[in-house]
Amino acid sequence: MIGRLLYDVPRHALWLLGLVLVGLIAAPLFANDYLLTVLILILYFAYTGQAWNILMGFAGQLSLGHALYVGLGAYVAAALYVHYGIGPWIGLPVAILISVASGAIIGFLAFRFGVAGVYFAILTIAFCEFARIGFDHLGWLGGSGGMFLPVSNHTQNDLWHLRGQPVMFYYLILLLTVLAFVLCHLMLRSRVGYFWQAIREDEEAARSLGIATFRYKMAAILVSSAMTAPAGVFYAFYYNNLFPEQTFFILRSIEIILGPIIGGVGTLFGPVIGAFVITGLSEALQELLTLYGFDTPGAKRVFYGVCLLVVVMVLPNGIWPPLARLLRLGRRRDTTERQP
Amino acid sequence: MSADIYLNVAVGGLLTGLIYGLMALGLSVIFGVVRVVNFAHGEMMTVAMYLAVILFANYGLDPLLMMLPIAVLFFVAGYLMQLGLINPFITRPEYMQFILLLAVAIIIVNGVLIVFGPDAQTVQTSYAFDSFAIGPLIVDATKLYAGLAALVVASALFAFFRFAPLGKAVRACADNQIGALVVGLNVKRLYALSFGLGLACVGAAGAIIVLVVDVTPPLGPAYTLLAFVIVITGGLGSMSGALIGGVLIGLTEAMAGLFFTPSAKSMFAFAILVLVLLFRPQGIMGQKLS
Repeated sequence: MIGRLLYDVPRHALWLLGLVLVGLIAAPLFANDYLLTVLILILYFAYTGQAWNILMGFAGQLSLGHALYVGLGAYVAAALYVHYGIGPWIGLPVAILISVASGAIIGFLAFRFGVAGVYFAILTIAFCEFARIGFDHLGWLGGSGGMFLPVSNHTQNDLWHLRGQPVMFYYLILLLTVLAFVLCHLMLRSRVGYFWQAIREDEEAARSLGIATFRYKMAAILVSSAMTAPAGVFYAFYYNNLFPEQTFFILRSIEIILGPIIGGVGTLFGPVIGAFVITGLSEALQELLTLYGFDTPGAKRVFYGVCLLVVVMVLPNGIWPPLARLLRLGRRRDTTERQP
Repeated sequence: MSADIYLNVAVGGLLTGLIYGLMALGLSVIFGVVRVVNFAHGEMMTVAMYLAVILFANYGLDPLLMMLPIAVLFFVAGYLMQLGLINPFITRPEYMQFILLLAVAIIIVNGVLIVFGPDAQTVQTSYAFDSFAIGPLIVDATKLYAGLAALVVASALFAFFRFAPLGKAVRACADNQIGALVVGLNVKRLYALSFGLGLACVGAAGAIIVLVVDVTPPLGPAYTLLAFVIVITGGLGSMSGALIGGVLIGLTEAMAGLFFTPSAKSMFAFAILVLVLLFRPQGIMGQKLS
C-alpha cells in the first residue's frame, strides 16, 4: 500500500510534504491559543474541502449544500450525547450512516432523473435549506433556540468523550485531514477514481465506454457525504453549541467549497492550500481592521469578497497548478489537474 | 367567513407573486441568453430597494414612479458589468462563474450593511392603508398597485422580445450563438444588453417590492434563493415560466403562512422545487433537457 501511495511522487516533493507535516505536528509547541484556534479552523476547512472535492473535483457534480452533511453529523452525535449520554465515538458511525442516507436520497433523486449542473447545485441547496427550516421547528433538538453540549472546566483531556483542551482537538482534526488526504490520493489512482474523472470530463463519452455513470456518481456522493459527517461530529464537540440558522446556513456550505476552489478544484493539495490561504487571509484581515480601529460590521467580508474576486480573475485554475509548476512537482501524467 | 380569508390571502399571495415573477424574470433572461447564473440576483435587488427607500425618505418620490429611473440605472450597470467583469468568464466552468458572482454578492450584501446598517427600513406611502372591497374580497391597495406595476414591466419586456428587432436578435442569440455570429450579430453586445435587461427587471422589481416588504441586508441571499426556486419551478430560461413560477411560489408562501407558521413558508417553496426537479426537471414551461 505504501508503495502504491508513493510510486510516482518525486523525492523532493516527499521531503516537502514531510516538512509540512512535521511543522503541523510541532505547531502546538510554538503557537499561542489564538493561533491554535486559527489552525484548527484551517484544518477543518481543509478536511471538509477535501470531502467536497471528491464529489465536485473528482466526479464533476457541483454540490452547494455540504453544510447538510456537516449539520446532520453534528446534530446526530450531539443528540446521542445530550439525550442518551452516548459518546462521540459511538455516535460517529451513526452520524455517518444518517449523513450517507441523506446523501443517498439526494443522489438517487438527482442522478436517476438526470438532474445535473446548475440544477443539481440548486437541489443540494434546497435540501440544506429544507433541513435548516425543519430543524428550526424540531423541539427535541433544541429548535431555533439551539442545542448545547454540557461544558465544564476540563483540565484533563478526555479523548473518549472529546472533552478537553484545544490541543486535543487540533491533533484530532490534523489526523482527520491526513487520513482524508491519503484516502483521496488512493482513490484518485483507483479504478473508481479514473471512472470519476472520465465522468467529470465527459459523461456521455464515459457512458459510451461502458462506465455505469449512475453507479459511480452515487459512489461519489456516498463517499463525500460519509467523509463530511465526521467533520460535523468534530464541529459539535469543539464548539459545543448548534443552531440550525448557523449550522445549515448557506454560507457554511460556501465556506466549505471556497478552499478547494481557491486552491484548485480536482487537485489533492488544492483544498489544503486553499483552506490555508482563505482562512489565513480572513483572519489577517480581521486583525488588520481591528488594529486600525476600523470595526464596522461587514468591512471584513467586503475585503474578503474583493480578494475572492481578484483570485478568481487572476488564477482561473486555482493556486495549486501554478504553484506545483513553480516547485517542479509536475510529476507523471496530468491526472489530477483539471483542464478548463 | 373563513372562505373569505383564504380568498383574500390567496389574492395577496398572487399579487406578491407577480413581483417575485418580475424578479425571477431577470434571472431567467440572463441565464436564457448569457448562460451565466446570476448568484448575486437578490443582493442586487436589495440595492434597488435601498435606492427606492432613500429617494422616498429624502425627496418624497413614490417608488412606483422611481421604478423607471432605477431600472435604467440598473440596465446601465448590468451592461457594463457584463462587458467588464463577466464576459471573460463565459467560457470558464460553471463553478468559476458561481464564485465570481458569489464574490460580487458578498461585496454587495456587506457594502449595504456598512452603508445602511442592519435595521429594517420601510416606505410609508399615503395610500399604505387603503384597500378596495370587491364583494367579500378586500384587496390591499398597495399590493394591487405593486402587482399591476410588475405585470406592466413584464409585459413591456415580453413585447420587446416579441416585436422589437433588437429583442428578436437577442432571442436568436439565445437560440443559437454560432448562428447569430454567422448572420453578423454582435453577440458580445447582445450579451451585455441581456444582462442589462435582466438587471433592469431586478431594479424595477426592487423598487416595487419596497411597498410590500421592509428591506434589510440579509434579504439579499434569501431573494437569490427565492429567484432560483422560481425560475427552476417555471423553467430556467423560459420567460413566461418565470412569471408563472413567481405566482405559484407567491401563492404557496401565502397559503403556508396561513395554514402553518409564516416562519416555515419557504420550506414549502423548497418542497415544490424538489417535486419539480424530480418530476419535471426542465420546469413547468421549460423545454426538454437534452
